[in-house]
Amino acid sequence: MTQEVALFVTCLVDLMRPRIGFAAIRALEAAGCDVVVPEGQTCCGQPALNSGDRAHAVALAKQTIAALEPYDAVVVPSGSCAGTIRCHYPEIFAGDAAWLPRAQAVADKTWEIMAYLDQVRGWKPQGVTVEAKATYHDSCSGLRELGIKAQPRRLLRGIDGLRFTPMEGEETCCGFGGTFCVKYPAISNAIVGEKADAIDATGADLLLAGDLGCLMNMAGKLHRKGSKVRAYHAIELIAGMGDGPAIGEEG
Amino acid sequence: MSAFTASFKERADAALADPILKIAVERTAGTAEAKRGIAVAAFPNFEAARTRAAAIKDHVIAHLGAYLEQFEAQAIAAGAKVHWASTADEACRIVIDICKATGARSVARSKSMLGEEIGLPHALAEAGIGRVETDLAEHIIQLADERPSHIIWPAMHKTREQVSALFKAKHRLPHQEETIAAMAESARRELRTQMLGADVGISGANFLIADTGAVCTVTNEGNAELSLVPPRVHIVTAGIEKIVPSMPHAIHMLRMLARSATGAALTQYTTFYTGPKRAGDRDGPEEMHIVLVDNGRTKMREEGLAEMLRCIRCGACMNHCVVFRQIGGHAYGGTYPGPMGAVLTPVLDGLPQSRDLAHACTLNGKCQEVCPVRIPLPTLLKGWREKSWREGLEPTSMRWGLGIWAWVATRPRLYRLGTGFAVRAMQMLGKRGWIGALPLAGGWTRHRDMPKPAPQTFMAQYRKAQRK
Ligand code: SF4
Repeated sequence: MTQEVALFVTCLVDLMRPRIGFAAIRALEAAGCDVVVPEGQTCCGQPALNSGDRAHAVALAKQTIAALEPYDAVVVPSGSCAGTIRCHYPEIFAGDAAWLPRAQAVADKTWEIMAYLDQVRGWKPQGVTVEAKATYHDSCSGLRELGIKAQPRRLLRGIDGLRFTPMEGEETCCGFGGTFCVKYPAISNAIVGEKADAIDATGADLLLAGDLGCLMNMAGKLHRKGSKVRAYHAIELIAGMGDGPAIGEEG
Repeated sequence: MSAFTASFKERADAALADPILKIAVERTAGTAEAKRGIAVAAFPNFEAARTRAAAIKDHVIAHLGAYLEQFEAQAIAAGAKVHWASTADEACRIVIDICKATGARSVARSKSMLGEEIGLPHALAEAGIGRVETDLAEHIIQLADERPSHIIWPAMHKTREQVSALFKAKHRLPHQEETIAAMAESARRELRTQMLGADVGISGANFLIADTGAVCTVTNEGNAELSLVPPRVHIVTAGIEKIVPSMPHAIHMLRMLARSATGAALTQYTTFYTGPKRAGDRDGPEEMHIVLVDNGRTKMREEGLAEMLRCIRCGACMNHCVVFRQIGGHAYGGTYPGPMGAVLTPVLDGLPQSRDLAHACTLNGKCQEVCPVRIPLPTLLKGWREKSWREGLEPTSMRWGLGIWAWVATRPRLYRLGTGFAVRAMQMLGKRGWIGALPLAGGWTRHRDMPKPAPQTFMAQYRKAQRK
């Protein structure tokens, strides 16, 4: 069954690492989806929502809902943005009779990309080889709001040559927290410093995760401390784009 | 540095600069985390037990008035005197009045966070009444003249090496060793004599049992029993949300409390006090007073914080919090630290004084995952952030920054223009793939590098590819 899937790119992927968006399209097409990138999208509104700026969060949520509602499914290469749409949009419009059904309908068909590929499509990467040792960080919103834990691991196991070495505290927050890392940089730094040490201690070549914000935080710390670990969004490897530059590499 | 004069950020920075604090916090919280994990894994269907615990508390909170009246009637029937205090000051006044009526010169106090919350140690000092803290950790911080930094381990911020030095300096018969046994022995020598001379024993309550009028305390040292049984008068100060309908409910909550707090199946000493000494009893206080304290709790129920009243003060949320683990409890500046403290402090101290606590959270959700009564702490924190935004308490830079960004982000065409420009500008700042110093993002680049974005946004690249 072909499905018209809307890709919600997320503002960070759009700005900082477009490769993740293209990897998402590639994997979705390999899984038999018709991918559309709706024009009206910008940001899901999570930064406003988490800062307490309700009015702007509502405006951005309405814009996002309107952009995404015509499609069969919505797929997002980020657990935290997918979590915002799935779990928080219905809360935002709880008292709004006109918008609640629309928010709920979009929420019900929105998926984090790895959960969608694995759970909904039952798909596995084929013929992809990455000779490396990898460690995986479970980003908080995906893990705790959407239950994303086994799905990326199942998908990554479909890659030939990829071996795994779990890090200590793989479910522990990396200290990014959206605006937290700029509001409290010193605390955030202490947290990500421990994370970077845990990653380094695994002896892995690659750090993988499903959220660009966390990846930028961890990769930025690893680079500052001179670590050789290279960071990718897991979907890049899954889509067969693991031979490209890692986060922060010129390519 | 005083916990009250500095801002949260300054207190946090001071904490981060203290390597010993980090070791001390990590030792205790790390052990608690590991032990809780084991205890929960061994508990048959812990998730269902959490749901039941939350339901018990929700039920009580929804019918608080009725259960409190039932408790009052039963406690009076058992011979206790029940007092009601709507504020912290009122609660302290009631306690001091009872002490004065008794002619008390010294009181033995068994650890109670509510006592800290209402400022009882300070009130006793002002009234000229001597106070002995009988909980070992409270004894340590009384000697050090500090405040608790954790609700289960008030002296968690101190290493045993620091405690040993303190005992050497402050105990009347100084001890010599750094072994735990020697330190415990030294504290025992010091405390027992003082405890037995107290005129009044003051405790908090872990649970109030509505259908019997009993007050339940748990300790690991038996110090509550030692402080409350010998004196002539026993005063309990308890938050009104501590009520449970009956003993079976209390037992369920006790199972959740001990495992969540320390990973133990039970706390060593669990005692139910029902009224004062009766005719024929060999020991026990002659008078028992129970002070039921509101201090903002009724208001919490009305202001969308009812879920917070489920809290059984186990401390699991702080033990598992990445932020608490880095800065310890004093940095939070209030009576209650960590995630639960960040929700409670604005109730007690006012939002203008504590709005930054609501932001001292990455919203990672771990606290909610471990809370035995399923309090949605991140949601409640976001509620404070929203209130703070509505009331104009957020800094202007934040309001403007987010405002401008959102204004642009709700205009997709303008947004594409702006993001296109931004990524081109960032091209000029980077060396190789990284940016080491990004204007306006010094908070980020002070500690870590920023990957340089691609020369074109996804949207621009995608559109170009579509046109071909
Ligand atoms: S909020 Fe939950 S985890 Fe934290 S102290 Fe209260 S009951 Fe324990």
